[in-house]
Amino acid sequence: MRARQFLFLMIAASALIPETAAAHIVKGEAIGFLSGVEHPISGLDHVIAMVAVGMWGAQLGRPAIWLLPVTFPLVMAFGGFLGLIGVPLPGSEIAIALSGVCLGAVVLLESQPPLWVAAALVGVFGLFHGYAHGAELPPGQNALLYSAGFVLATGLLHATGIAIGVVHRWPWGRVALRGAGAAVLCGGAFFLWSAFA
Amino acid sequence: MKWRAAFGAAALVLLPEAAQAHLVITGMGPVYDGMLHFGLSPEDYLPIVVLAFFSGLRGSSAARMALGGLVVGWLAGGLVAMYVTSVSPELTSVATAMLFLVLGGLLASNFAVSARAVGVAGALLGLVRGLADLAGTAFSVPHTLTLIGMTASGFVVFSLAASLTLPLKRAWLIVAARVSGSWLAALGLLLLGWIVRYGPIVG
Repeated sequence: MRARQFLFLMIAASALIPETAAAHIVKGEAIGFLSGVEHPISGLDHVIAMVAVGMWGAQLGRPAIWLLPVTFPLVMAFGGFLGLIGVPLPGSEIAIALSGVCLGAVVLLESQPPLWVAAALVGVFGLFHGYAHGAELPPGQNALLYSAGFVLATGLLHATGIAIGVVHRWPWGRVALRGAGAAVLCGGAFFLWSAFA
Repeated sequence: MKWRAAFGAAALVLLPEAAQAHLVITGMGPVYDGMLHFGLSPEDYLPIVVLAFFSGLRGSSAARMALGGLVVGWLAGGLVAMYVTSVSPELTSVATAMLFLVLGGLLASNFAVSARAVGVAGALLGLVRGLADLAGTAFSVPHTLTLIGMTASGFVVFSLAASLTLPLKRAWLIVAARVSGSWLAALGLLLLGWIVRYGPIVG
């Protein structure tokens, strides 16, 4: 079967799947998979930090590039768990903004610390990001699908950073990646300034 | 072609769908009702896929043990729910979230456990989901057929998913499978938080 025929078949099959009409989805309600996907990508401060983690992993190479995508969702979900059960974690907004600054800086400087230091740094920031998401999660009709969307979007943001980081293998790519790190650093600085303002 | 089919199947699975907490009626009989219930219940098929990935990475012996345990456990759980007692949604919710966490953690760490232990994990998963899916139903032939439909779906999904990881040799493919484990474990943690905050959420 040719690729075009296969694509057409899949689109037709998708269109034929029965779907419940949801005419009035309340904004912010945890109503299903797509609202869960939307949550992590709706805040730029979260997005730049998570993408930067992927880029840094690509710069660090093996085993960090494999270790980070396995551990990061777990640490972040633990933060989300703490946020959901109401454990107080003061200063999370400042820590999130600071994560953009720090992760942008390490990508800019192509920092190569020991693996445990990199994992600890990413883990601590992941905890705060997860906490902020967990504390904000609204009640809704389908927590499982919402959480699945949330975790998937988080992982894909990370994967996006790793995909961008693939350019690290070329000399021009290394410079471009450091430039992207500088952009993340600037974004983080802006959010840090906003957090204090 | 194999990857296209896998991608297409994954895309279909990820389509948002309204939750149906109780047995759905397809109009095609109780066996198909059970199959459709399984297909519409991520709390049923997600841990099965992850257990299958994990047992596939541990080898064909572990995969066989897990498959056997899963089927026997699911049937036993369903029959106990119908014949003996219904377990509270609070308990099955917490047990399901814990299973997400443990099975996801096992796959994420690619933890070296014996084939027998993998079989026990499969039996536990089957037992919990069988108890949850048939909770509140009295014994009857249609409900038993529904249970068989669910169990058969679990058998097929497990076999297909395990067959994907059994032959894996490349490191990045194994890591991709392990990442799916860490995502399920993360999901389990979030579900536990949801349960603490809002009460039982998965039946």
